[in-house]
Amino acid sequence: MKIHRHNNVFSHTTLSEYCFGTLFITLIFALLSSSCSEERSLNRKVSTFSERIPDKIDFNFHVRPILSDRCYTCHGPDEAKREAGLRLDTEQGALTALGKELNRFAIVPGSPDSSTLVHRIYAESTDDIMPPPESNLTLSPIEKEILKKWIEQGAEWKQHWAFLPPENKVPVVSDELNFVRNDIDKFVLKKLKENGLSPSPRAKDHYLLRRIAFDLTGLPPTLKEVEKFEGKVDEYITYTLNKDAYAERMAAEWLDLARYSDTHGYQDDLERVMWPWRDWVLHAYKNNMPYDQFVTWQLAGDLMENPTREQLVATGFNRNHKITQEGGVIPEEYRVEYVSDRTQTFGTAFLGLSVECAKCHDHKYDPISQKDYYSLYAFFNSVPEKGLIQPYGATPEPFIEITDEEIEKTLTFINNRDTATLIQLMVMEDMEKPRETYVLNRGEYDNPTERVHPRTPETVMEFGDRFPKNRLGLAQWLFDPANPVTARVAVNRLWQMVFGEGIVSTSYDFGNQGALPSHPELLDHLAIKFKDFGWDQKKLLTYILSSGTYQQSSKLNEDLLRIDPENRLLARSPRKRMTAEMLRDNALAVSGLLNEDLGGPSVKPYQPEGLWAEKTGGGGGSTAKYVQDKGEDVYRRSIYTFWKRTVPPPSMMTFDGASRDFCVVKRQSTTTPLQALVMLNDPQIIEASKVLALNLYHETKEVETQITSAFYKITSRKPSSDELSQLKDLYFENQEDFKTGNKTQELLSVGQFDIADDQATPELASLTSVILTIFNLDESISLS
Amino acid sequence: MSEKKIISERAYSMNRRNFLSKTSIGLGVASLSSLLGMSFLKAGENEVIKSAINNGIPHFAPKAKRVIYLFQSGGPSQYELFDHKPLLRKMQGQDLPESVRNGQRLTGMTAFQESFPLAGSQFDFKKYGKAGIEMSSILPYTSKIADDICVIRSMYTEAINHDPAITFFQTGSQQPGRPSIGSWLSYGLGSENENLPNFVVLLSRGTGRVAGQPLYSRLWGNGFLHSLHQGVQFRSGKDPVLYLNDPDGMSREGKRRILDKLAELNHQQYEDFGDPEITSRIAQYEMAYKMQTSVPDVMNVENESDATYKMYGPNSTVPGTFAANALLARRLIEKDVRFVQLYHMGWDQHFNLPEAIKKQAEDVDQASAALVMDLKQRGLLDETLVIWGGEFGRTNYSQGKITDNSYGRDHHPRSFSIWMAGGGIKPGMVYGETDEFGYNIIKDPVHVHDFQATMLHLLGIDHERLTYKYQGRRFRLTDVHGHVVNDLLA
Repeated sequence: MKIHRHNNVFSHTTLSEYCFGTLFITLIFALLSSSCSEERSLNRKVSTFSERIPDKIDFNFHVRPILSDRCYTCHGPDEAKREAGLRLDTEQGALTALGKELNRFAIVPGSPDSSTLVHRIYAESTDDIMPPPESNLTLSPIEKEILKKWIEQGAEWKQHWAFLPPENKVPVVSDELNFVRNDIDKFVLKKLKENGLSPSPRAKDHYLLRRIAFDLTGLPPTLKEVEKFEGKVDEYITYTLNKDAYAERMAAEWLDLARYSDTHGYQDDLERVMWPWRDWVLHAYKNNMPYDQFVTWQLAGDLMENPTREQLVATGFNRNHKITQEGGVIPEEYRVEYVSDRTQTFGTAFLGLSVECAKCHDHKYDPISQKDYYSLYAFFNSVPEKGLIQPYGATPEPFIEITDEEIEKTLTFINNRDTATLIQLMVMEDMEKPRETYVLNRGEYDNPTERVHPRTPETVMEFGDRFPKNRLGLAQWLFDPANPVTARVAVNRLWQMVFGEGIVSTSYDFGNQGALPSHPELLDHLAIKFKDFGWDQKKLLTYILSSGTYQQSSKLNEDLLRIDPENRLLARSPRKRMTAEMLRDNALAVSGLLNEDLGGPSVKPYQPEGLWAEKTGGGGGSTAKYVQDKGEDVYRRSIYTFWKRTVPPPSMMTFDGASRDFCVVKRQSTTTPLQALVMLNDPQIIEASKVLALNLYHETKEVETQITSAFYKITSRKPSSDELSQLKDLYFENQEDFKTGNKTQELLSVGQFDIADDQATPELASLTSVILTIFNLDESISLS
Repeated sequence: MSEKKIISERAYSMNRRNFLSKTSIGLGVASLSSLLGMSFLKAGENEVIKSAINNGIPHFAPKAKRVIYLFQSGGPSQYELFDHKPLLRKMQGQDLPESVRNGQRLTGMTAFQESFPLAGSQFDFKKYGKAGIEMSSILPYTSKIADDICVIRSMYTEAINHDPAITFFQTGSQQPGRPSIGSWLSYGLGSENENLPNFVVLLSRGTGRVAGQPLYSRLWGNGFLHSLHQGVQFRSGKDPVLYLNDPDGMSREGKRRILDKLAELNHQQYEDFGDPEITSRIAQYEMAYKMQTSVPDVMNVENESDATYKMYGPNSTVPGTFAANALLARRLIEKDVRFVQLYHMGWDQHFNLPEAIKKQAEDVDQASAALVMDLKQRGLLDETLVIWGGEFGRTNYSQGKITDNSYGRDHHPRSFSIWMAGGGIKPGMVYGETDEFGYNIIKDPVHVHDFQATMLHLLGIDHERLTYKYQGRRFRLTDVHGHVVNDLLA
């Protein structure tokens, strides 16, 4: 973990040279990649712009990202902070006369010389220059040139791309390499050709089967499947989508978005019962509930006509936010927080907009006023709820009680293992008379100003009088055919799930500060397809996974790395690190330990001792001390691992699990030393290694076969002769080691799985260590 | 995401330049690791951060290189420690005048109390040091370092309850999700140590209130920063860092063989796929291996002298106590760990305050003072910033009835005391002043964001320029607030 702060070899200059030397030359791509890794954007824009300024400047792709990032803080949507009466987020504002005499104009289309904006960005005096020095923002020479050239070319304004209706324009492109498998590939191929690249060859079948299995189920393919579906990759997609494990994989993504947790999340962090809602999510995915219905029920199941119990259960979605029980809080302060959380979740998950930025003041970058924010907030503000859990440990209202009888008859998807207790499940409900909603000055609960009514941000799509002014109307508005964002945001997330990055890499932000789509027409095409498919997610996934783009090899070469290190052009399939869930589930699956039960209450698998106890203050009840489960419960899939928000499962957090404190639609994907420690030393991985070793030992005593078989199971391919011989060397070296002392017995007693004394041999211990090694291969941790 | 890619890119460029051209798999793993070590990777990352984002950190010459933050969780009462208010004793039992409270919102624990009887400290105060800093009799050791510390009596915060208040102090926001101070520093300054995490967290439990306030691991979370910047908890006991120990039965030689084999096989994978992430992973496995010896080494205090143990007090030999953690903090600082964060629980004295706070003070007083003296005698104090304080103060009136020898205090956000030492802080002074009731600040208020801005300043960072762009916005530790308190700077 050392950082040389004065490293001669990699000094500042070297880095810049490197960026200059290797970055891609066309401007559009530069912008795409710059915004997809936000933190680097400044640096990269500078380097890339220097290469070439496009002949025709496009407002959405070239100009708005600059204006938004460097100008909108003071000349944007936030009225209160607007300087000199100038706003650059609307065409009208940008063309308005300025100054006392109203004789100056920031922008005079076609005339940079008469445009104050140009004078100010080129000004040399610190009094005049824009952005001003105290903003800590600067424009690079190239960015200045772009703005100037855009004005020169007539300063054509365009509406933000995400708010324009999607269009389905499948390009015509010649396909010499026989790459195109469906329309997706035409978009990708066209862009590759424009950039002088070709797609990669198709990946080998075993890689594809493995990729498909993990992407759709989060589990490895079985050896039988690998053999049976060799040459039948498309059939395997259909086959895989029909597994229960598909529902679990999709739910894993949805739980992050829905900020699912088994505890309330503040202070003592008491346990809550939300898993029946999770069971419903599994049920919905298993039955391939169309996305519009899936979301509508969660947003407004309670407001539908004669709602079924199932529809009520679905509304638990909006009760997954944190709730406090901390004695002494002011309840209204927290109730406001819960409504804000629902509003933020709605914005991130369904609109792809950071609406929460307009909670305390007008949005700095996007056309969302503070009034818009509280108008959206108003939809979620009529729940008959309290800010503080009272009495301590009670289920927060409103909730429904689910009886065992109901589970037997109607809510059969709830996997209740303790039939003796009545389930109290938090759900949504609106008060008969809606609570009055006010703009809260500075976002403060005790500072109401103007009264507002339920309404959505107009720039997305007008709410009008067509929809009821409640959550049901909100859902109808969301899935109205004319809504430009809903389908885009949803398909982008599915794309991200299989490609690692969305077409819009900032899947949480489609606004002005978000990344531009790498393939805007493709995003539109998919959005329209999704609706044509009747919001059928399995169909859309089949469509994506059947594409030549998805089925490319993930191998890199120098050209690809130099030209497109972030793979925004998709000249190859990405190599992705597995998610936290996949890594553990993979070990459980290949060792045969996996308990495949679907749904039910959360479980407590292995976790280092004392983690909860050392942080508790004495309260918390069942969450004060971690009591590990025994038996089969230890081997459930990771989505069932008990989630304590204030002390989340450490091995999952090490692999970038989301904290579940709020809605997250994109996890980090990092590589750190702590991850190596988990993979090498977590008792679950050791135990899985040992059990797999034992299984193989029972099958054959032939070391070579044992190792080959283990390698095959874990990576879905057979080892090369060189790999095999290296692992064999390791086996025999370690075997000598395990002959000394109690090492064999010690290693083989890790985990609850018992190995009989007569089977605890140095051979088995050594095989265990070899399997542990295979589990730690980059290939086993990644999807190639 | 972005930093990961930066790392990949650096790894790639290195591969191009050094790795593929100069090495073959015949090269020993040791040199492999030195080629691929974290030092290299993070240097790249750090350079990018410095040059592109933060306009070159340090923004000015740093006074401090590292920080030890002795966080007193629960809200220590200023009236029994650092803020002497004789008037409260004189007015013992009388109601807090409404003119003093002046609309301050109260927690649900005392909001409905019929009266607010003022309670004076049961402990006497004396003046210490050249500046005559007043401290109470339950701080016999801290009072001895009066000339080395700066007591701030005019801290204030916005939150009135523990969870939001402690989250606010550690992350600049009351709601969870932002990176903690240590993560920001790790991100902004990088690391100077070879084999240890950059941000280490140590927990201890107070004897004043055993069932008190909980802690949350998100308090040392990296938020939206790269997970390399997360705080790593060092725990007493046999597994000092989670998953650090090899499984039983696995020898070091066996583990070494496994890692060598992994490096070789992963390298073959790299040659096949050309993915720079693979080389990054090889390096991280090496780093993990090194940590397996470096962490136990730093935690092994056996070779500390008797004089040292004596200085830190009898508890310093008991792993997991505040005293032992304070000593460990010094050891970590000596290894150039950037930020050591201690949390000592148990300062939440709503009831039975006099007895409980005396025990709490005993837990930490000697070792806190010893730490400052120890750093000083080793010449480390000048470049190490030491901070002592909690998330808010306590009320000047009693929660519940006052009896002859007992009372309690509720949470109070409007004024409280902390101290800082070393690392460019002006020593031997008191900063700020409260009114004679201790309720309101009358001079030199220091907001939590001001405190954070000042801390960053001491480390050479302009708090307005240490930013990370996430979800379209440039986030800062100090949100959009905070002013450096120049009067505190030496």
